[in-house]
Amino acid sequence: MTEQKKRTTIVLFSGDYDKAMAAYIIANGAAAYDHEVTIFHTFWGLNALRKDEPLEIKKGFLEKMFAKMMPRGADKMGLSNMNFAGMGPKMIKHVMKKHNAMTLPQLIEMAQEQDVKLVACTMTMDLLGLQQEELLEDIDYAGVAAYLADAEDGNVNLFI
Amino acid sequence: MKVDQVLDAKGLACPMPIVKTKKAMNNLEAGQILEVQTTDKGAKSDLTAWTKSTGHTMLDSKEEDSVYTFYIQKG
Repeated sequence: MTEQKKRTTIVLFSGDYDKAMAAYIIANGAAAYDHEVTIFHTFWGLNALRKDEPLEIKKGFLEKMFAKMMPRGADKMGLSNMNFAGMGPKMIKHVMKKHNAMTLPQLIEMAQEQDVKLVACTMTMDLLGLQQEELLEDIDYAGVAAYLADAEDGNVNLFI
Repeated sequence: MKVDQVLDAKGLACPMPIVKTKKAMNNLEAGQILEVQTTDKGAKSDLTAWTKSTGHTMLDSKEEDSVYTFYIQKG
């Protein structure tokens, strides 16, 4: 095929369940549109890529605190609105089940199946004390230049 | 109309009807026809836009008892 594929790039900055869901729904939709899709995870958005099991990793005190306070994986993230100290996510997951909507972990799996490129920002990984072993398999590690290289010929570019 | 494959996407929510349609389309040859059944109310706009952008043709669509059926020919 000589025709260049269209490209969608999304920066996922937010660590909110609902915002991450929106990002991943758009990413999956774009992949179905045959776009090359990149989601660049930075700051709180990195938590969507965390594995949910606790891991024994050598860390400094501050990094350990961060690791404890941040949600361990997509399923544990809170809502941007009506979180109600954790009741909100329970309610919305119940409603999602009723409407047969996909959960965030399912959307992430579907995105990987559709070859969406998931990228973790290495600079913010350092800031938040996250290490590669704590994040999902088969993701890329990069910085702003790699993101811009994808985004500069992007047809759709979002910051969430 | 001779349908080559039927995709049952009833009960599935956004973005699954589009994702499943794309997957089903990958297995078809150009000119073959896919029938997609869905109950998602956004599907009519979604599938119409999708077929247009991806070079396929929406041959026909209908709604019956809140099930939407689409006939898409692979381009």
